Amino acid sequence: MTDHAILALGSIIMAGLTMAIGALGAAFGESRIGAAGMDALARQPDESGAITRNQFVALAMVESTAIFCLVIALVLLFANPFVSAG
Amino acid sequence: MTPEIFADRVLVWLGPVPITETMITSVATSLLLVIALRGLARAVVRRPASRSAAAGRLTFRFLHELVTETVGRPSPGLEIFAGSLFLFISGAAVFGQLPGVRAPTANLEAASALAALVFLAVPLVGVRARGPLGYIKHYFSPNPLLFPLHVVSELSRTLALALRLFGNMMSGHLIVALVVALTGLIVPVPLMALDLLIGLLQAYIFTILASVYIGAAIRVGEEESREET
Repeated sequence: MTDHAILALGSIIMAGLTMAIGALGAAFGESRIGAAGMDALARQPDESGAITRNQFVALAMVESTAIFCLVIALVLLFANPFVSAG
Repeated sequence: MTPEIFADRVLVWLGPVPITETMITSVATSLLLVIALRGLARAVVRRPASRSAAAGRLTFRFLHELVTETVGRPSPGLEIFAGSLFLFISGAAVFGQLPGVRAPTANLEAASALAALVFLAVPLVGVRARGPLGYIKHYFSPNPLLFPLHVVSELSRTLALALRLFGNMMSGHLIVALVVALTGLIVPVPLMALDLLIGLLQAYIFTILASVYIGAAIRVGEEESREET
């Protein structure tokens, strides 16, 4: 295989791995946030507004790690600086 | 073959200045927002009982409560700044649902510009609230050893703001484009609805984080709460 083919192969495999592992962590974290939010809602239904708001903020912050992984995977696939003119 | 994810399509060259797609869409979003909000403001003054007046008052009260609850005290200047951010990002998300239009915030440069605004507003507001020395002292606050950490935290949270907005908007756009290419007309509609929801949620998150960061610079002597990311 040429160097270019090896680089392309590695980029594709790593893009898949990046997305898989990144989504795994974010999914675990978001499920915990969701469970904690449900628990808090069941205990204090009066505070539903504040709980939901903070829950969404926390969800988006946790999700941003998965989004970073997505950006890295897309850089590997479409804007890879080491694979010229892919 | 390569989709335009990180690049921006240049439509016209005005001499040496490129006019890109994002520039046109962001200016169009701003213009539409200004027209719509002026209409709402006029309705509040002239016809206080009409529906558009109610919509205007609801919008204003939503932004007012959001900023006041986040900062912990009324701060009109921050309300204008954070409210503009919210209206622009949510307006861009709605505008991006039109066929053939890519939301201006789905572009890395535009999202970075919004994050850079927040990054620049923090020291400006901090210096105005505590004076230059007081603001600089906050960098060395518990211990001078923490100075590099303060700097890294400010830089990394700006990067995170920009990348979060860009990644969310761009990924929604990309998923809809992929599904359209694979299937056909009706199938991507639920995904577009999800994209719209995520866009509005991101506008909310961006506004809350901006007011948390700037509010932390306003408050004197209090601990900075809800830092990071």
